[in-house]
Amino acid sequence: MSTAIAAGDERLARSSTFVRVMRRPEIGALMGAIVVYVFFSAVDTTGTFVGLNGAARWTDVAATTGIVAVAVALLMIGGEFDLSAGVMVGTSGLFAGLLISEYNMPVWPAIALTFVFAACIGLLNGWLVVKTGLPSFIVTLAMFFSLRGVNLGVTKLLTDTVRVADIDEGEGFESARAVFAAELWQPYGFKVAVIWWVVLTVIATWVLTRTKFGNWIFAVGGDKLAARNTGVPVNRTKIVLFMYTSTSAALVGIISLMRLRSMQAGQGVGEEFVFIIAAVVGGCLLTGGYGSAIGASIGSAIIGMAFIGIAYAGWNTDWSWLFLGLILFVAVLTNSVIGKRFSGGRK
Amino acid sequence: MRVSKVAVVIAAASALVLAGCSSDSGDTAADSGTAAADTSNADMKICMVTHGDGGGFWSVAKAGAVKAGEDLGVTFDYQESNNDAEAQAQLIEADVSGGCDAIAVSAPNPDAIKDAMAKAEAAGIPLVTMNSGSQVFKELGAFTHVGQDEIIAGREAGTKFKEAGATKVLCPIQEQNNIGLQERCDGAKETFGNVENLQLSAGLADLAKSQAEIQAKLESDPSIDAVFALNADIATAAALPAAQATGRDIMIGTVDLSGDAVQAIADGDIMFAIDQQQYAQGYLSVALLYLNLLNGHELGGGLPMYTGPGFVVQDNATLVQELATNGTR
Repeated sequence: MSTAIAAGDERLARSSTFVRVMRRPEIGALMGAIVVYVFFSAVDTTGTFVGLNGAARWTDVAATTGIVAVAVALLMIGGEFDLSAGVMVGTSGLFAGLLISEYNMPVWPAIALTFVFAACIGLLNGWLVVKTGLPSFIVTLAMFFSLRGVNLGVTKLLTDTVRVADIDEGEGFESARAVFAAELWQPYGFKVAVIWWVVLTVIATWVLTRTKFGNWIFAVGGDKLAARNTGVPVNRTKIVLFMYTSTSAALVGIISLMRLRSMQAGQGVGEEFVFIIAAVVGGCLLTGGYGSAIGASIGSAIIGMAFIGIAYAGWNTDWSWLFLGLILFVAVLTNSVIGKRFSGGRK
Repeated sequence: MRVSKVAVVIAAASALVLAGCSSDSGDTAADSGTAAADTSNADMKICMVTHGDGGGFWSVAKAGAVKAGEDLGVTFDYQESNNDAEAQAQLIEADVSGGCDAIAVSAPNPDAIKDAMAKAEAAGIPLVTMNSGSQVFKELGAFTHVGQDEIIAGREAGTKFKEAGATKVLCPIQEQNNIGLQERCDGAKETFGNVENLQLSAGLADLAKSQAEIQAKLESDPSIDAVFALNADIATAAALPAAQATGRDIMIGTVDLSGDAVQAIADGDIMFAIDQQQYAQGYLSVALLYLNLLNGHELGGGLPMYTGPGFVVQDNATLVQELATNGTR
């Protein structure tokens, strides 16, 4: 067929660059983030939200949410949930903390063992989901409660209290702190967790959009049966995604441990919904098969801005939760409105 | 584009409404006390970051601090982290960047906020600790601590139980990460001896569950004849109903007050309440920081300043009752 016919063929519609950009899943989240940023700049009583000082503070909150939110987003694109991601942060921190303070293990081997432990929990989550065929919501909910009990029980058994402390006396603590909990770019004080967050987002986005494995994630989340029929290793993909979620939760647990020099048995409980919210705000569908890692990071940025922005606005802290809920609702609304408008198949 | 316009209007409207709400609540420090307060101090910003949960205890402490802010005419900002140590550290750091001239913090988990406090100290911001952290305030860079020594409070409670003739005391701990609560039980153990701790899983967030846990423990161990509750709501909503359900004669002592607790003391259901006078903890923290900003005073002499333990028993209950119901005791 000659190009003359192709050029005049009305079946091949050409969309403008603008529309193609607006169709991307993260655009709605970006619009929402801009609205939230402008809003908190307007109600800021301290004058520091807009500058680099304010940015150093909210990017820190965003980073500790975002590292896991990116993993949870990949998992949600793959069609599964992980409700144990929040408590896993606490479990990993406690695991490393107990090794360091109770068994006097040097810090770096303790950290390595913690990542192995987290990968095993993720493997267990994934294996249970694919073998039993139960919804991952239920399986990981059971894991959440189990880990919560283990956190309390084991900590009390070994230390008689509900927190581990004296982590800073471990051998190798200073170097581990420099890698996981350092501060950069004084006098603003950006935390190194932000670098971890950005790097992991870039890697996750590259995997999702440029590699075969990324295609498998979309396929498995979109239509598991069709994916299996075309030769995608569905079970292996899901298990790898669960393992990645647990290990990124472990990373945040280690970062917290290095930062706080201690870990309490209840740390992280309740965060699992924040991760899912960040992923959904970023464009992930609850049904799977669609979404983006950058979107989840933008969602985490919104959450970070809201936390610090509410503090800087001097609002009565009693209303903070209501404001957070409203802000997230507006962000998701903006996201879905823009998504619907631009993905309607029109030019 | 109809749908997008509606979304924009909703977003703009809510932004305006919420901005309106914020300007009301943010200016109370300067506006409300026009007759008595000297608003020329409004350029002093004193901030407080606690681990509070907005419940009966912390709302009284906050009320004291807000009152001090109004009386002194300073700008006062209060943030609480709901027992999340990481959030408390992040809020302290936000306050350091956010133009606070002086900061008061509670330190139930001193390791977690060590770095944030070091940042505040490096920025030349005067610090006090309040409520928790009487043993560690110097390490954190504060010049004094305003509160109650938890070990002393525990010891006094143990002595009271001993005088009343109890044989075994149960000590339910409602917050996971608060060393102060642990210290109260330890103090009671020093003077009383036979004290058993019980870690509550939900604490103040789920009082019905706390009641069930205490009741289960009381029923499984008939030798327990006294409960040392560490919070007024735990005492009235969990420990007291649990004790009544077992049908045994169980003495109850508690720490901190509430309207219900003082009523129960007046009625004879609760034996005593240790009053750490948290309204004064809030008030004094702000006043101490104000004096430091105004005139460079570092009060306390390097030692903690005690707001308790005071004891509320049946004899003095009616005096305190009205104040507790009003939310200032």
